[in-house]
Amino acid sequence: MIKRLLPWLFVLVAGPALAAGAGPVLLQSGANISDQASLQRGAGLYFQYCASCHSLQHMRYSRLARDLGLTEEQVMTRLNHTGAKFGDTIRASMPAGVGDDAVGGEDWFGKAPPDLSLVARARNDGPNWIYTYLLSFYPDPSRPSGWNNTVFPNASMPHVLWERQGIQTLRPAEEHDEDHGHPQPPTFDLQTPGTRSAEEYKQDARDIAAFLEYVGEPAALERERYGVWVLLYLLLFTGVAWLLKHEYWKDVH
Amino acid sequence: MAGERTSTMTGILGWFDQRLPVMDFWNKHLAQYYAPKNFNVWYYFGSLALLVLVNQIVTGIWLTMHYKPSAAEAFASVEYIMRDVEWGWLIRYMHSTGASFFFICVYLHMFRGLMYGSCQKPRELVWVIGMLIFLALMAEAFLGYVLPWGQMSFWGAQVIVSLFGAIPYVGEGLVQWIQGDYLPSDATINRFFALHVVALPIALLGLVVLHLGALHEVGSNNPDGVEIKKKKDAKGVPLDGIPFHPYYTVKDLFGVGVFLTLFAFVIFFEPTFGDLFLEYDNFAPADPMVTPEHIKPVWYFTPYYAMLRAIPDKLSGVIVMGAAVMILFLVPWLDRSPVKSIRYRGMLTKIALALFSVAFVTLGWLGMQAGSDTQKLVAQICTVIYFLYFLLMPVYTRMDAVKPVPERVTMHD
Amino acid sequence: MAAESVNHGRRRFLTASTAVVGGVGTAFAAVPFIAAWFPSAKAVAAGAPVAADISKLEVGAQLVVAWRGRPIFIVRRSPEMLATLDGEKDRLKDPDSSVPEQQPEFAKNAHRSLKPDILVLVGSCTHLGCSPKLHTEVRAEPWDAQWKGGYYCPCHNSRFDLAGRVYEGSPAPTNLVVPPYRFDGDARVIIGESEGAT
Repeated sequence: MIKRLLPWLFVLVAGPALAAGAGPVLLQSGANISDQASLQRGAGLYFQYCASCHSLQHMRYSRLARDLGLTEEQVMTRLNHTGAKFGDTIRASMPAGVGDDAVGGEDWFGKAPPDLSLVARARNDGPNWIYTYLLSFYPDPSRPSGWNNTVFPNASMPHVLWERQGIQTLRPAEEHDEDHGHPQPPTFDLQTPGTRSAEEYKQDARDIAAFLEYVGEPAALERERYGVWVLLYLLLFTGVAWLLKHEYWKDVH
Repeated sequence: MAGERTSTMTGILGWFDQRLPVMDFWNKHLAQYYAPKNFNVWYYFGSLALLVLVNQIVTGIWLTMHYKPSAAEAFASVEYIMRDVEWGWLIRYMHSTGASFFFICVYLHMFRGLMYGSCQKPRELVWVIGMLIFLALMAEAFLGYVLPWGQMSFWGAQVIVSLFGAIPYVGEGLVQWIQGDYLPSDATINRFFALHVVALPIALLGLVVLHLGALHEVGSNNPDGVEIKKKKDAKGVPLDGIPFHPYYTVKDLFGVGVFLTLFAFVIFFEPTFGDLFLEYDNFAPADPMVTPEHIKPVWYFTPYYAMLRAIPDKLSGVIVMGAAVMILFLVPWLDRSPVKSIRYRGMLTKIALALFSVAFVTLGWLGMQAGSDTQKLVAQICTVIYFLYFLLMPVYTRMDAVKPVPERVTMHD
Repeated sequence: MAAESVNHGRRRFLTASTAVVGGVGTAFAAVPFIAAWFPSAKAVAAGAPVAADISKLEVGAQLVVAWRGRPIFIVRRSPEMLATLDGEKDRLKDPDSSVPEQQPEFAKNAHRSLKPDILVLVGSCTHLGCSPKLHTEVRAEPWDAQWKGGYYCPCHNSRFDLAGRVYEGSPAPTNLVVPPYRFDGDARVIIGESEGAT
């Protein structure tokens, strides 16, 4: 919690400055990278649904195993479907480019699906963005993929998790309860239920958001753990230095 | 041998001391450098700035061991440091956080100088050299910011380098000359790297030596603005002076402890500092085809950036921004007050300094905003206040009522 | 300055305490900077174990694969080749492989290998790092009139037998290094990790 304090101070001083991004209204994901079970589930979902198109080019399988508490065998059999080595970085299992005869992401979606190593860091409020994005797909026949998204309008990506979530339609905007000044998130009506309940699907989205937040900065897992010891040491040092200063300055006062 | 110095030291140190003025140096700058005994909390920031400089140099050397200064590899090499290099994340965060803490120290250090009249005679040169350090530091920070080659690096370089394009006749050629290309590119990042890790650090170190040399020649000012050298005892030691070592070395050590605690807190718990120290847009690789929605410089440049945007004309905006930095060089000659410290000055000076501070902080905030019409108006007003503070200084500092300055320094703690 | 009440003992104690606490902190702060020079995750990944397919390796022939940027020699020794090993013992510097760093424990035997016929060696001369060449024919060679087959280093005339053991009179001080390796079935050798440990 304490890590949230300082930015909040700034938000108070800087007012609506940081919130003025005028982006979509984001839901609170509740993603927590210190929940290892959540990271493991997120990794499982990622490799099942996302990894065929989206690489994680800065992330290594071996690092994943170490940080997520998985064995080499678990990572190599359950997550890695590309035949890459344990120490390799994570490439998309589907070839990305046009060029050769392989049918790749660029051919399907018009452009190569982006690498997601830093998606959680490169967007304002990244983990919440991912969470909300995964909850905001609706069918749109005017799009080539047949899907659209309220967080990322006209995204080329189809709703790969639709079997889990089911199919939801966007409620037209005029039916919103307009709360002036506070933009409301769009609302959806579930038409066809998926294999997961609404709550279970939110947990899926939360797990993926947590996993991608971790992938954005793997060092975050150890950073705060070391930080506590460093701060305790520095407080000790400051205390001893203060005593020393106080002792010498008896001469001056 | 005639002219050979005799040393009071023996053994190995004595051997060195006869060949190199070790003891002279130690005495001149530490053991027998008499600093006023009434330094308050504002006097920590000079030594702290020096500490951050050392931090930047050490962590910077380590980053160059892993970083690749090319448009194709720079971004990935920073992520390589963050993930694959043992403890690379810590070294990188120490460097990125250090940049912001450097400016915090330097801004507070400069404010201290304005507040206590530290730039007045006989310390004009100390101030002018300090301003050169500030200029070099701004250049150093800008160049360093470009190196990760994220979106903000690229577009920051694009915007700042374009400022030179405002210069009539030669502008466009100058921009291409700086970039070595028609846009910020591989050639740009390569030369910026050379300047960032070799040229400017050397300049900064040299200027810091001159800054301290000039300071130790004339002696430190203090919160009372009393010249301690005017009252000396029989041995020629200022009555209100205490040897820098051990008194200020132990005091600064305590300051270092407090400072490092805050520094470590940011590094380990909030390294991006809510988008202020590391911006989220810079975690996306540079893309010359797509400008991020919200372009703004890092917080320490935003006051000047706000002034640039407040002026509707490109050339005038650049001139105003440049003048806002350059006018600081003139403060020693603009300040005509017979007293130094704010403590013994009148209301006019106090109000002027307060207004100036509010305007500066407001400009800093405005520089981070998208910039509505109201904000633009406020920025213009603040820019006027900023300049009036300096331009009217000769008037109000002379008109202002002053209180009698005590003969000796006062102690408050 | 009120010098009369200075407590020198306390000053010395506090100065020493600050120095010790500061020194310990500085030492800990140095750790990341020292650790940053070790092979990164990228280098470790590039130096990962490699697999060599020896199913097509003929008797008496050598296969060279790269592991951690160095040549690895794999030889399928014939019974005749193996028979030469015992007879040369008194001409060798270290016939019993007693220098511990030169081979894993499993290769400290007469044939310096896991399986008697398959020889696996790091192909760098222990003298100055050149790569020795395999000469299998038993005949008088310019460097040895009684040559029984083995490795000859062209740089400085170091000679090794068919188990990589160094001959007396060679500038190389020790036997050629046997890397850690294990078999994955009969067809594959995994170089870089041994059974049980890596």
